Amino acid sequence: MKIHIPTPLRAYTEGKETVGVTAENVSGALDALTTEFPALRQHLFTPEGKTRSFVNIYLNDDDVRYLPEKEAAPVVESDELTIIPSIAGGCCLCCL
Amino acid sequence: MIHIAYKHYEALRAHGEETYPHECCGVLLGKSEADGNHVYEIVRAGNTRTDSAHNRYQIAPIELVKIQRQARGLGYDIVGFYHSHPDHPAMWSKTDFAEAHWMGCSYIITAVEKGASKITNSFLLTGTGEDDKAFQDEGVTIEVMQSAEVEQLQGETA
Repeated sequence: MKIHIPTPLRAYTEGKETVGVTAENVSGALDALTTEFPALRQHLFTPEGKTRSFVNIYLNDDDVRYLPEKEAAPVVESDELTIIPSIAGGCCLCCL
Repeated sequence: MIHIAYKHYEALRAHGEETYPHECCGVLLGKSEADGNHVYEIVRAGNTRTDSAHNRYQIAPIELVKIQRQARGLGYDIVGFYHSHPDHPAMWSKTDFAEAHWMGCSYIITAVEKGASKITNSFLLTGTGEDDKAFQDEGVTIEVMQSAEVEQLQGETA
């Protein structure tokens, strides 16, 4: 299956925009990705192994966090995983 | 340095006027080159922060996924984002910084005062991760259409 890497994380995938992996579920796919590119792990996961709060992982058009099986969701070769950091902000006076 | 065509620059500023007094937001598609990010297309995005749209913005992740897909189809990358600050300076806020995670990307901010776009600034998010990230002021090069392109366009529309 294909895993799409966002611009800021391509520095850790030798510039690759898409990485192909073989896995049975989402967790396995991410393991395969970070095994091939170990430097990526700290940008995706906390030291405790949880996905960082600002990192979104989509299986095709579905947010993995909201899938019934979450990271254990099965995948097939034609599936695509997309890693997408969040984007937000604003002038928000309460935070100044 | 960020490079952006005049029509895109004007479009993102107009977006801020349209959504005033709420913040607008969008995505910059293009290529990162040695001399900075080059913007070849901009994509308007919806602001999901309807609870506080006058001073906060957020782009839905699924919309970002689709925009990234669109960029891939065009042969571009996501090279930055833009948003407006209604009645607030065109400077990044603590919120902007805390929520910025796209290292190497440009964050364009337009101050919109009483409905009219004023100053537009761009900030490059530098660093390797959350621990050392920083916003760096970056120049904005606004590229105007070359005369040959204008002549071609006039020929096509004549």
